[in-house]
Amino acid sequence: MLRALKERLTIQGYRTMSYPDGPVTLPERFRGYPQLADNLGGDEAADCAAACPWQALQADAGQLTLDMGRCLFCADCPASAGVTFANNDHCLATSSRDELLVCAGEPHHYARPLTPDLKKLFGRSLKFREVSAGGCNACEADSNVLTTIGWDLGRFGIQFVASPRHADGIWVTGPVSENMREALLKTWEAIPAPKIVVACGACAISGGPFAGSPQVSTGLDSLLPVDLYIPGCPPHPATILEGLLRLQGRIT
Amino acid sequence: MNDTLRLLSNGQAVALAELPCLHHDHFLETIRDRIAHGWRVSSYCGVPDGEATVFYCLLASPVDGLLGIMRTVCSGNSFPSLASHCPQLQLFEREIAEQCGIRFEGHPWFKPVRFVRSCRPDSDAWARPVDQPLQVGVMEYYQVEGEEVHEVAVGPVHAGVIEPGHFRFQCYGEQVFHLEISLGYQHRGIEQLLRGGPHPRTLRQVEALAGDTSIGHGQAYCMVLEALSRTRPPAPAEALRGIALELERLANHTGDMGAIAGDVGYLPTASFCGRIRGDFLNMSALLCGSRFGRGLLTPGGVLFDLDQRLRDDLYQRLDVGRRELTSAIDLIWGTPSVMSRLEGTGPVAPEAARELGLVGPAARACGLKRDVRSDYPFGIYRMAQVPIVTAFHGDVCSRTLVRWQEAQKSLDFCQEQVSHLPSGRYVTEMKPLQGGQLAVALTEGWRGEICHLAITDELGRFGYYKVTDPSFHNWSGLALALRGEQISDFPLCNKSFNLSYCGFDL
Repeated sequence: MLRALKERLTIQGYRTMSYPDGPVTLPERFRGYPQLADNLGGDEAADCAAACPWQALQADAGQLTLDMGRCLFCADCPASAGVTFANNDHCLATSSRDELLVCAGEPHHYARPLTPDLKKLFGRSLKFREVSAGGCNACEADSNVLTTIGWDLGRFGIQFVASPRHADGIWVTGPVSENMREALLKTWEAIPAPKIVVACGACAISGGPFAGSPQVSTGLDSLLPVDLYIPGCPPHPATILEGLLRLQGRIT
Repeated sequence: MNDTLRLLSNGQAVALAELPCLHHDHFLETIRDRIAHGWRVSSYCGVPDGEATVFYCLLASPVDGLLGIMRTVCSGNSFPSLASHCPQLQLFEREIAEQCGIRFEGHPWFKPVRFVRSCRPDSDAWARPVDQPLQVGVMEYYQVEGEEVHEVAVGPVHAGVIEPGHFRFQCYGEQVFHLEISLGYQHRGIEQLLRGGPHPRTLRQVEALAGDTSIGHGQAYCMVLEALSRTRPPAPAEALRGIALELERLANHTGDMGAIAGDVGYLPTASFCGRIRGDFLNMSALLCGSRFGRGLLTPGGVLFDLDQRLRDDLYQRLDVGRRELTSAIDLIWGTPSVMSRLEGTGPVAPEAARELGLVGPAARACGLKRDVRSDYPFGIYRMAQVPIVTAFHGDVCSRTLVRWQEAQKSLDFCQEQVSHLPSGRYVTEMKPLQGGQLAVALTEGWRGEICHLAITDELGRFGYYKVTDPSFHNWSGLALALRGEQISDFPLCNKSFNLSYCGFDL
């Protein structure tokens, strides 16, 4: 007991980060918000779009559109002539599927706060039942990491709970495998209304790396009405937290 | 050359024409004989070939770093089972049965694995009706009957933020007589997606095969491609891959030790480790921008170099990580109330571990000295050895101890490699893949042996790709560890194995 206290006071220390009041530390080689070139020729843009194996890019008269719901933020992005990823912008979450589309010159979309009635209910206490439906354990791990002392999700009144009956929303990771579809929907039904849906990671949004497999769905929003889309493969914990804090209206 | 087994080493490709094709009896006799001599089955799979199915069995020798492969042709819908003689085969046989629609006669535990249709729509090993959808988890569970005996069913959705699976306990009061584990919920059809590849999508799919083992599986995949194209990655790439693999081990072992402490209600270590795990993940992100090492590997090398400034940064972070992890873990060994919960809980006898073919820390905790890094060295481990850690009792305490000691060896290894990172190119151009080949790659992921086996068609595309995650070998170890234990110790035992659901379900 005394030894544990000593370790806490000497080596371990107080480690909860100051974010959102202070800055968040991102790795130098982080691949965040996509930056699209606006000076490509029609053919160049079309080549970029054709090169993406995830069909995340569309080209229209030299203008590229990137779908963050499909993009896996690959280190060796084959469309690097038209796409780069900002290493200092982790804000990727949005409130609608359309807002995941990024165009050069268009404003950066951020997740919007909950409607006033929901905000009144969930603004200071928001409990999620997490369901991994074919997830690879990376999105799960980086959702779970928010509950550690470094991020301390509890200070925002947000918590992952054991029972859907205790939850205000469902938190889905994974491309919704055929074999998990029923369990996912049953968990959703077990959550009392009003309730919200979070799609965490490229898999939950669009099938991610497994899109096109007959064993997975085409995206969570084909099954449930999604309130928060968090792109990434997997999303950085800062990306996840930023989405949640905007949902709660804690950052604007 | 051996007329029964084609011997090969880890990360090697051989011409399919060179593989002996044995008669059934000879094939089965060889498996039994080799297992009796201490060999292990690393992979056993069925490849559809027209009307027939070709079975490939990859055996791993206990000495000399040798692997051996052989095949046989099964032309009917049934094949003799060896599972009652060699329990380590039981799941492999069920998998082949499910995928190829072949009944294994005499299998003592003949049940579906992932609840998916076979590649032959008209042939189902369990004769399930074709016109009705398969229901995952619906099968005949082993049952115990008697007064005060009851059944507890848990999952697929669990209380924590973890992957789905179904557990069925047969209990007598608090005591567990038997645990049956039924998975398949995470099945994404990965092996099917890999066929015809490599596609531009393939590497990212392999990295997400088990997302906490992106480097372990990613490296096995790269080794398969490098074997098939006779390409050798440059030395700096091998060293960086090794560092990434050990960082992955460090992050996961740290998380597991924290979770074990959390499950016995010891919060200091649980909360310290939860955070320190993140520091190790951030070291992977230092290498490549992703906390899970996504995008570091590429066939032929790695995508990122490490300049002197980043080397110094990584070295220093490893120092801090070592100090903080030591402080967190030493609390476990010095707290009698924690130790009394770990010692003697969930033991697996060495003999059982050997029969089941356990791998990784779960096997080493039972005293079995098996580790791909030393037994079938690959990549940087051919030059730089990592000492192999074992323990004796096979209980939760041993599995925790092995993790802690392995973590220290990984720290030593990473610091050694970072300080002596060779200079030069870190990626080399890939040559075309050769056709008509079979390639095998084994790596030691943090859970244990990862095996990838690929067969190319005449154009050099994947005609077949088989992945064996360490969890495939180890889930039955967890089931055995629970026998005679209290059901309330299940979370603790489960955490001490921490197996992958998606790596198993594929």
